Amino acid sequence: MLYAVLCYNSEDAVAAWSKEEEDKVMSDLAAVERKHAAAGRLGPVARLMPTTAATTLRKAPGESFVVDGPFAETKEQFLGFFVIDMETLDEAIAFAKELAVANPGVGAYEIRPLRVFKPGGALDPL
Amino acid sequence: MSELSWIDLALSSARPQAMGALLRYFRDLDLAEEAFQEACLRAVRTWPDKGPPRDPVAWLIFVGRNSGIDSLRKRARQEPLPPEETLSDLEDVEGDLAERLDGSHYRDDILRLLFVCCHPELPATQQIALALRIVSGLSVHQIARAFLVSEAAMEQRITRAKARIAAAGLPFEAPDASARAARLGAVAAMIYLVFNEGYSAGGNQRAGTPFCEEAIRLCRLLLRLFPSEPEIMGLTALLLLQHSRLKARFDAGGGIVLLEDQDRSLWDQRMIREALALIDKALRHRAPGPYQIQAAIAALHARAKRSEETDWEEIDLLYQSLERLQPSPVVTLNRAVAVSRRQGAQAALDLIEPLEDRLSGYFYFHGLRGGLLKQLGRNREAHAAFERAIALATTPAEAAHIRQHLDGLARDVTAGTTL
Repeated sequence: MLYAVLCYNSEDAVAAWSKEEEDKVMSDLAAVERKHAAAGRLGPVARLMPTTAATTLRKAPGESFVVDGPFAETKEQFLGFFVIDMETLDEAIAFAKELAVANPGVGAYEIRPLRVFKPGGALDPL
Repeated sequence: MSELSWIDLALSSARPQAMGALLRYFRDLDLAEEAFQEACLRAVRTWPDKGPPRDPVAWLIFVGRNSGIDSLRKRARQEPLPPEETLSDLEDVEGDLAERLDGSHYRDDILRLLFVCCHPELPATQQIALALRIVSGLSVHQIARAFLVSEAAMEQRITRAKARIAAAGLPFEAPDASARAARLGAVAAMIYLVFNEGYSAGGNQRAGTPFCEEAIRLCRLLLRLFPSEPEIMGLTALLLLQHSRLKARFDAGGGIVLLEDQDRSLWDQRMIREALALIDKALRHRAPGPYQIQAAIAALHARAKRSEETDWEEIDLLYQSLERLQPSPVVTLNRAVAVSRRQGAQAALDLIEPLEDRLSGYFYFHGLRGGLLKQLGRNREAHAAFERAIALATTPAEAAHIRQHLDGLARDVTAGTTL
């Protein structure tokens, strides 16, 4: 089963990381990624720019309208996601727990099974 | 990340919102600061055992408010003054703070907190110092070091600024749309000052960087509160673009590296991408302003992979629209750089000569003029211009950079006589 692991955290807290903290978290996460990529289970990974860079197209009868800012004002923001291929939900939860060890503190991971998956592959990594 | 460093982060990111709310309750900067400090102390004592609260900001406001009321009551016992008169809306102490945190008046709280720091009666340096102390929570020691003054002098400067604000009266009425726009403009200008203070710290990067980072953080905060203001997007983009070049702006010895000589692989591509996304979003509003235009100019530099690929024509056009929006000799001076690339040194010199009266005390005027004269082979005049510039330099890096030009001229002269 393919799962998306969606990352939620306080953008304020993440933005307040020092360069050293940022580098530490990213290299710890990269270690987790390498392990699961080697096992052939890791799909696309994305980290989003801050919600201040977001634009939302709100659908409406007639003409949809564009709103500056994120989809919703929340205390924790959607900051990025992983796509993984795991046999069971428990394995997916175990993966998310590894992420939580690499990036401790507050926040949450939402684990959602995928219904459609198109890996693309036309784009260069950032 | 250890538990304590997480608490540190939570406290510093909660600070503007919590301070803003406490200032509204107590209507006194010192009292609000004491209350916030007390709440932070209790957080450090209780959070490691009990775990972090679900909403750290609400927790800090609630605890801070109670401790502030407490200390007011203690004071009231010594002075026969009913504390309620100095407080506002105490009756809702038990109200659902967490719910109200999402309310729009918290937006005005933070804006007010920033706004009191840029009171028009305060000189720019005091505005910057006050904002860094009150809103960002930098220590007096940190601020003093960056301003190259003693801690005692900085302490005194901040105390004096607070006294002036208290005497002038704090703006507690809820602002209407036009007052809000005016406050936003003043706050944006103050953030720009904070950034520039750090940016121009020269080779002394360690002292300047925290200012730049704080300015960007305040900008992001403002942008989150006012997500549809194109000028705030523009300002954020501008600061990100300028800051993205940090590593390339100075050589190992702390000397200035000019834009055209910088190693562009040292530019921070992540900051640049975010800035470009913000400018893209801002321009969609079709309401250009000075920050957006400056950001667009910086973006043209950021987009050029090599110095020779810079689109000087577009930069010249953007400076012209900036001149129309915000006429200033400094803007014209900057445009002259673009003109020199497109039409040569003589055209640029013609553009800046009339500015001499107004910019005679400006380091960059004489620096640029000297450079243009040198290009035209008018070495003696160039020498005189560089001499004036070096006398006006405010950092060792600036002086050293001009010194190189002077030495270069001297070498040319020597070479000329031996030939």
